Amino acid sequence: MDWSAIFLSLRLALVVCAILLVVGTPIALWLSFTRWRWKFFVESIVALPLVLPPTVLGFYVLVAMGSNSPIGRWYQSLTGHGLPFTFEGLAIASVIYSLPFAVQPMAAAFSQVDRNLISASSILGASRIRTFLRVVLPLSIGGVVTGFVLSFAHTLGEFGVVLMVGGNIPGVTRTVSIAIYDHVQALDYAGANHMALILMAFSFVTLSITYSLNRRIWAVWPMHR
Amino acid sequence: MASGNSAIRDGRLSVRIAYRLSNSFALEAEFEASAGFTMILGPSGGGKTTILNCIAGLARPDAGRISLGARVLFDSAARIDMPVAERRLGYVFQNLALFPHLTVAQNVQYGIAKAPAAERHARMMTMLESFRIAHLIARKPGEISGGERQRVALARSLVTNPAAILLDEPLVALDNATRSKILDDLRAWNAAREIPILYVTHSPEEAFALGERVLVLEAGRILAQGMPQDVLTTPRHETIAQVVGFENVFDATVRSIAETQGTMLCQLDGSATRLEVPLGRAEAGARVRIAIRAGDIIVAGEHPHGLSARNAFPGRVESMRRQGVTVIVMVDAGGATFEVHLTPGAIDALGIEDGKEVWLVIKTYSCNLVEPALR
Repeated sequence: MDWSAIFLSLRLALVVCAILLVVGTPIALWLSFTRWRWKFFVESIVALPLVLPPTVLGFYVLVAMGSNSPIGRWYQSLTGHGLPFTFEGLAIASVIYSLPFAVQPMAAAFSQVDRNLISASSILGASRIRTFLRVVLPLSIGGVVTGFVLSFAHTLGEFGVVLMVGGNIPGVTRTVSIAIYDHVQALDYAGANHMALILMAFSFVTLSITYSLNRRIWAVWPMHR
Repeated sequence: MASGNSAIRDGRLSVRIAYRLSNSFALEAEFEASAGFTMILGPSGGGKTTILNCIAGLARPDAGRISLGARVLFDSAARIDMPVAERRLGYVFQNLALFPHLTVAQNVQYGIAKAPAAERHARMMTMLESFRIAHLIARKPGEISGGERQRVALARSLVTNPAAILLDEPLVALDNATRSKILDDLRAWNAAREIPILYVTHSPEEAFALGERVLVLEAGRILAQGMPQDVLTTPRHETIAQVVGFENVFDATVRSIAETQGTMLCQLDGSATRLEVPLGRAEAGARVRIAIRAGDIIVAGEHPHGLSARNAFPGRVESMRRQGVTVIVMVDAGGATFEVHLTPGAIDALGIEDGKEVWLVIKTYSCNLVEPALR
């Protein structure tokens, strides 16, 4: 059993989800509230990872991070090493890859909040941040939880992007899905099966717990929308 | 409560806005509202809510100026557009917009979060008690009745000590008894503060019952504004009558009450004419306002007999003019002028002409009682 791969996958998924909460929430808020006419461009860009093959995405992320690109050079000058085939590089690629899974449920939930409630909050003197924390977030917590869980599960199971950007370095970028692939390549079906079972069981339990929590949250609040 | 009181008497609200919402609808309005109720009356789609939204900062006019006492909320020329959160207004939406996930206590304290906890609680309790909802503090909006929700929404706005209050048909879903109780509480609250209250309604009865001033708004324009009776009498404007619903409004004094009959007798101001009207909440000697549609008044050529209608009194035709298929006849009855609408056929049959003596007949239930504002 390759425990380091499992822990690496969990660590990656948690880091990516944390970043997505910070990055995805403002994007989701902006998408829900802007009246900008070109907003659909941004929506398309955010949704791109849904339809692109992971290899295409991974390829462009790899090129963008490489030592030939300005971003890659800037990061290298800052830290002394490149982004590709590191945990940081993998995390950045995963954030991009899982962005729609975080943003879309959150944006959908934010859009459901009665605009009059938000206006009422402002009229009562609340700042935008207070309005978000006290009104918008509590009323759309279900969507935020869903976004968190989906991007967590999605990151946990990704394969193509990891292979393109991270390679297969044990303890650094060798995630569960890569380890399973390795086992199958080596005809070690028992090993592959163990890891696959763990991944499946873990995903199932996580989803069950969050959906059951989520249902309870909805049962408290659905009146009066 | 010192924190809010210092700035309460901001004074009058003065509004001048031009706002093109679409190619077919433009709002152009200019008015002032001083302390007390100013009613904005008009059909839906006339721009009433848009005016409130401009004042609150939820909508941004193309041009104009909005000021509240010394504070300028909006001025297109000076490029001033005060953020919504700084305008210090109370605004009760038609759907109330109570926070469904917060308790009544949390809702009411929402706008005074910066005050110290003890003061916050005291202000909330005072407000809840004056609106008789102190027993509801632990409930959520979904767990209380419609009338209670209206009270919570009002309390939530008023507890912030706003410099003006905007009410968008806040009581439209309530029965009359509940509505007038809430309005009495609101009037009592404002008696000590004297801030402008803009009250949007499409109900003429409500507008004329409550308003010290009435603004008639249709298709984005103000057709008339002023004291209720002035709005109706100067100058005669067909659309105003349509919007307002009745052409005749009289102030009167209750002379006697016939409890068992369900009626009362009222003497019109400046006139010998007395009208029997449906029994209201008033007592003998009370001041009331009576509204009658011009089409509900019957004209007779001689003293009528054997009628079910209780009001029949003589008058003299002052003037008449034709408008489409309607002839508008003004009849003076002992000092009160009635507007009557007749068909050309009826004019010919009765031989009505200027100076002719006629009898006016009005059913008791054609006399709509609208209570004058308590001053």
